[in-house]
Amino acid sequence: MGEAESVYRKEFPVRGGDFAKAGAAACEIKELLKDLGIDAASVRRAAIVAYESEMNVIMYAREARMDLTVSPGKVRLVVDDRGPGIPDIELALTEGYSTATAEMRELGFGAGMGLPNIKRNADVFAIDSEVGRGTRLDITIRTNGHHTS
Amino acid sequence: MIVLKDVLALLDGELLTSGTDPGAAFRKVFASDLMSDVLTSAEPGSLLLTGLANAHVVSTCRVADVAGVVFVQGKRPASAVVAEAEAKGLPLVATKMTMFEACARFAGLVEDGGHGRG
Repeated sequence: MGEAESVYRKEFPVRGGDFAKAGAAACEIKELLKDLGIDAASVRRAAIVAYESEMNVIMYAREARMDLTVSPGKVRLVVDDRGPGIPDIELALTEGYSTATAEMRELGFGAGMGLPNIKRNADVFAIDSEVGRGTRLDITIRTNGHHTS
Repeated sequence: MIVLKDVLALLDGELLTSGTDPGAAFRKVFASDLMSDVLTSAEPGSLLLTGLANAHVVSTCRVADVAGVVFVQGKRPASAVVAEAEAKGLPLVATKMTMFEACARFAGLVEDGGHGRG
């Protein structure tokens, strides 16, 4: 990417309850990042973050916008949803804690690993939530191995 | 490393996807019905053993760079799921073995992997 075109942005709308399209945004993000020449390990981390975020929206929220920004050395994903919000963020970040329904678990999700796994794959992780309004995740993944810069 | 054709022989498996390279190789084997666990712990290039047979399995494999799937206990995904896997070059295998039996077969291939088998 040259300097003049060094920033790439794309928005992905996600609808709550749309299990049929689950993973579509994450898979598209993964292909885009690969095409942009991002290293494979960073692409995988970004795809996992995107997929877990997308599943959380589908399982719990009404709708969300996922904003992808790719710039030299980093991938940023902001997921802004309109939904129930999270009353206790610390608890929601605890591995294994889950409020998933039996239906969600039958689909192979809702093991209480979503948010912890997003955090684990992020270099910068911020979460802000208001009960009754929604949740905003702001995640940055440093690419090309520059994880400590 | 284990090669797809050897997986088929080991598990008496049936290859569900057409056009898949029988020489495709897998670095590790990971077994779970929870896609959350696959996203957390499966290493890239792994072969996934699972009893879950829905479209989320294929999406999860794409995201996590899982290189192949074995559906245990006679589970078979819908034809649309097989078509999606074929389009993405992801080999899908079906076996009638239980998860335990399939895992035990793989464990038998690993040095000292027989521990715990009664």
